[in-house]
Order: sequence, then C-alpha cells, then structure tokens
Amino acid sequence: MELMIAAAVIMVKVILITVILFIVPVPLTWLERKIAGHIQQRMGPMRVGWHGLLQPVADGLKLLTKEDNIPDQSDRVLFKIAPFVALVPPFMVFVAVPFGDDVSIFGYETPLYLSDMNVGLLYILAVAGLEIYGVIFGGWASNSKYALLGSLRTCAQLISYEIPMGFAVIGVVMLSQSMNLSDIVDAQEPLWFIVYQPLGFFVFFIAGLAEAQRIPFDLAEAEGDLGAGYHTEYSGMRFSFFMISEYLVMLTISVLCVLLFFGGWHGVLIPLPAPIWFALKVGFFIYLFMWFRFTFPRYRYDQLMSIGWKVLVPLSILNILITGIFVY
Amino acid sequence: MEQAFFLLFASIAVASACGVVLLKNPVHSAVSLMACFIQIAALYILLHSPFLAAVQLFVYVGAIMVLFIFVIMMLEIRQATLERFLPGSKYIALVFSVVLGSAMLWLLFSSPLLSQIPPPTPSASQGSVSELGQALFTQYLLPFEVVSIVLLVALVGAIFMTHKGDG
Repeated sequence: MELMIAAAVIMVKVILITVILFIVPVPLTWLERKIAGHIQQRMGPMRVGWHGLLQPVADGLKLLTKEDNIPDQSDRVLFKIAPFVALVPPFMVFVAVPFGDDVSIFGYETPLYLSDMNVGLLYILAVAGLEIYGVIFGGWASNSKYALLGSLRTCAQLISYEIPMGFAVIGVVMLSQSMNLSDIVDAQEPLWFIVYQPLGFFVFFIAGLAEAQRIPFDLAEAEGDLGAGYHTEYSGMRFSFFMISEYLVMLTISVLCVLLFFGGWHGVLIPLPAPIWFALKVGFFIYLFMWFRFTFPRYRYDQLMSIGWKVLVPLSILNILITGIFVY
Repeated sequence: MEQAFFLLFASIAVASACGVVLLKNPVHSAVSLMACFIQIAALYILLHSPFLAAVQLFVYVGAIMVLFIFVIMMLEIRQATLERFLPGSKYIALVFSVVLGSAMLWLLFSSPLLSQIPPPTPSASQGSVSELGQALFTQYLLPFEVVSIVLLVALVGAIFMTHKGDG
C-alpha cells in the first residue's frame, strides 16, 4: 500500500510538471509580444480576447492546421525527429529541480521535487547540453544553406558558452559544499549567494542568455542574414515544438539563476508560500530576458566568440580563484 | 526489476552499437553512437554511480559527440553513402574479423579472472562527489596531475596546429 501511494504521488507529480511545462510557453508568447509592443510604444496584440489574451490560442490553432512541409532531398527521418529531440532535454531538466520545502497534502508528507539526486546540478548542466542535438539535426536534415549555417553557428555558440556557464557554477558549489540543489538553496537561507558571487552570477547570466539564444546573442536565427536559422524549413507543429523548447530553455535558465544565486524559494519580508516566491522570482528573470531582447542590438559573430572565450572564461576562472581564497 | 532495466538498457546499447557500424549514412551512425552512450549512462545509474552517469552525459554525449557530428556535417554525405565502405574484397575483411574475434574470445575464456569475479561490495555512500574529490587529491594526486598536464599539452598542440599556416 505504501509503495502504491508513493508510486501514485510520483505519477501525479510527473503529470503535473509535464502539463505545466507544456502550458507555460503559451502565456509567455503573449507576454513577449505585449512587452515588445509596450517597449516600442505600440499596443501589441489586441484583437483576440481582452488585450489579446487569446492570441496564443489563435496562433496555436494556426500552427496546428498548417501543412507539415518536408523539403525535398532532406533527411526525412532526422528531419521528423529533430523537434522532439529538441523538446526532450528541457523536460528532463525539471526532473531534478526542487520547487520548495516538503509539503503535506491530505496528511501525506511529500517533497516538491521528482528526484533529489546528489549530483543534481551536474545532471542539469549535462542534460541542458543535450539541447544542441535538436539544433544540429534540424539544421542538417533540412538540406538548406540557411538552416545549416544557422545550426553551425548555434552549435559553436552553445559549446563555447557551456564552459563559462559550468565554471561560474563552481563558485556556488564551493560555497554550499554540495551539488544537491536543495542543499544549495538551504545554504542560502541566511544570505543569497548573489551577495558572495556577483561575478559568478554575471558570467552565468550572460552565458545563460547565449545558451537560450536570446538577443543579444541570437546569432543562430539572425533574421537579417540567415532567414530564421536552423528551423528555417520547418512549419506547422514541428516548428511550434522548436518554439516551445526555446521558451523552456529560457525558463530553465531563469530557474537556475533563482536556485543558484537568488535563494530559491526563500522569500524576503513578505511571507508567501514557497512555490509562489519561487514563481515570482522566475517570472522576474523571464521578464528580464524579454526586456533585454527589445533593448539591445545583436552582436557580430566574431564578437560573440571573443566575448565567450576571451572575457567570460577568464572571468569565471578568476571567480573560482577569489571564491577559493575567501572560503579557506 | 533492476535486472529488467539492465536487460533493456544493455540490449538497446548493443543494438545501437551495431547501428554505428552497419548504417551507411555517417550522420545516422553518429546518432546511434549517441544513443549507445546514453544507454551506458543509464547503466552507470543502475550501478549506483550517478556522478559517473552525469559525467558520461556531459563529456561524451554533450561534447565529444557534438564535435563528431560537427565534423561529419561538413563532409559530402551523399557521396559517402554511395561509396563502398571497404575497397577490395569482403572476404579478406571477414577472415581478419573472425581471427581477431576468436583470439579475443579465447583470451577472455582462458583468463583465470573470469571465474573469480569478486562479489560486489555495496558502498554506503553511493559515490558522493566530495569522496571522489578527496580520493583524487590525496590518494591519486600524481596520476591526476599527470592527466591534467597531458590534457594541457593536447590543448596547446591543437591551438598550435590550427595556427600552422600564418607562423
């Protein structure tokens, strides 16, 4: 019986997280267009529903009914599976993400995570790195110059920025003496790590922008010179899978920023339930990503590479050194 | 339960490893090599070493395979799929692989180690990261440093070779 309840609880959590992750991109697209509109002094979507609230639904219906176009001469198998390959890693990341302390529902004590592994942080970074395969397969299988160039750029960018990202996190691991995400959050109860690790956060956030392929680092889909990057040839549902996975990567980076540097679900001043504090903080970072998108211009490709290798990597190593000196 | 999962992962691993060799398109081979690596990571988790599994995903699947595919994508794939894999006769290759395979099998079965595999000792801590770090920096310090120097040399060599042209 105990085992049955435990299995049922895990099933419920899996379904809940999956459903939430599938739904979250819907309001995010609306939010992004609204923010874009207001920053550029226009209204954004207004026609469908109150202040365009139903716009994402209309967009979704449009994408669903579109023809699923597969280019001639493309690698059909890889072309078809690439969107799914892109979609899987963001979901896998959330297996290891804790959302709050233990809660009791109907007298049954349950933690707010799926799996509390002792290498949670490493697992998240590793799985997030698999995101790259959807991009590679999508770009290569399309058999199109623009898509291939876009996917080559994306690959180089993702590989380059994975390194400073991993290094920036080492400072946090040194301070909390653990790779377990709940331990890291608990270590921040007195003071958030952003206070000790401003440099680490700076590097992590910029590398995160690049990993999520947001402006100013969205070289992969630079509309002006590349069409739309690796998903140029995609249409309909498969295209929307790529979009969902991009939004989920942005969500992942925001969640990691909150967990590693901004105290996770620990609130300040106002006592709110842990998951609500968590959601508020994540929402702030998502807003920051969108704000950046409509504020900064795009970097050139060589600038992107030199920022990654010549600025962020040395800074992150410096951060490890400084942290080492202060810890011991 | 554990055995069922082992059989699942192991059979997928073997099947995808065969795919690496048998598939004609190099990109498809690379994809099945990736699948094989992921199965091996899953096997590490069954062996209670999640750290090794994460590193396997990080290094092999996340970095090395990406570089493989990166290079393969630059090649002229269409031509490669049309060409024959081995120039010359198939039979020579067959003879060689049979000889090599039987030699390996003979070595394996004649080895005294096969019959005396020690029973697995369950570790209490499931291989925590701090334990691994302690071991690397105390017990295995010399090998660890030697490996880092070898990696450094490889790094310098790679940079030197890419700059060979402009002296």
